[in-house]
Amino acid sequence: MHELSLMDNVLEMAVQHAREQDATRIHRITMRIGEMSGVSVDALSFAFDVLTQDTMAAGAEFEVQTLAAMCRCEGCGAEFGPDGPIAQCSACGGTRATLVQGREIELASMEVS
Amino acid sequence: MGETGTTRTLIIRESVLDKNRAIAGANRARFDRWGCLALNVLSSPGAGKTALLERTLTDIASRLPLAVIVGDLATDNDGRRLGNRGAPIIQITTGDICHLDAAMISRACDSLDAEPPEVCFIENVGNMVCPAAFDLGEHARVALLSVTEGEDKPSKYPTLFSTADLVLITKTDIADAVGFDRQLALGSIRSASPNCRVIEVSSRTGAGLDEWYAWIAETRAARPRGSTG
Repeated sequence: MHELSLMDNVLEMAVQHAREQDATRIHRITMRIGEMSGVSVDALSFAFDVLTQDTMAAGAEFEVQTLAAMCRCEGCGAEFGPDGPIAQCSACGGTRATLVQGREIELASMEVS
Repeated sequence: MGETGTTRTLIIRESVLDKNRAIAGANRARFDRWGCLALNVLSSPGAGKTALLERTLTDIASRLPLAVIVGDLATDNDGRRLGNRGAPIIQITTGDICHLDAAMISRACDSLDAEPPEVCFIENVGNMVCPAAFDLGEHARVALLSVTEGEDKPSKYPTLFSTADLVLITKTDIADAVGFDRQLALGSIRSASPNCRVIEVSSRTGAGLDEWYAWIAETRAARPRGSTG
């Protein structure tokens, strides 16, 4: 995936929010990343270190909360974690399911001053 | 917001892909206003996207207004190949960006506003990874899998195939020569995308293309009418 350009977008969003709140420094950025988003947390971390230099987020901490993949069965509505490419509902055995969690790439929160 | 010493916490909860999603939505609305079916065509490099579209334009550009938006990192080779076949061709050269995004399509559509097509093919950059993550505003996704690239590609690149409405198995004219295992490929496609349609084609011989054109017509017919349509 494009961790560098993703992080570029994240920092743009973060700086905008900081400015809207009259903050001048960002101390921590927390992201929520779904385990099926295709994003490498290591690469994201590296991009963070590179792109925050000389910005209001320089020296900030970077935190990632990983979200597990969750499916909802289209047959019975039960939610379960898929254990393979064909997700089988643990309640009814159905194989038609929608992914309801797991692809997130989200700026969750930040600490500013 | 909480306060800890001199710092405060801002709860944001915004998706980083929101911007692309918003532009994609606007693109889709514009295609709908035109009464145009937008198709995002994806595959690995060399699976035969351009050859398929060359043949498609030659065969059906006289029946209804078509257009192609084609993306590559460099050169306008594909744009030139598709030219002079009765349809406007918009070439996007992305530089070092390995996928098309909604903003690029939005700009390309500005060039088509004066005479909007009824079907717009978007030939994405050859890449099985990144393009799958970017909604361009299309109505349907077409993924190509050539007989030469390995029957288990769909299992290796599940996002691309799971988001495809139609999978075209291409280069069927040389399937025997490369020992293509059709059942294995179909099984791999099914496991990644249980509900997609599969059509086997050869752009060179024309095999299966009528089925491809029929799918385009059915998919168009199933679209709600545009405001001018």
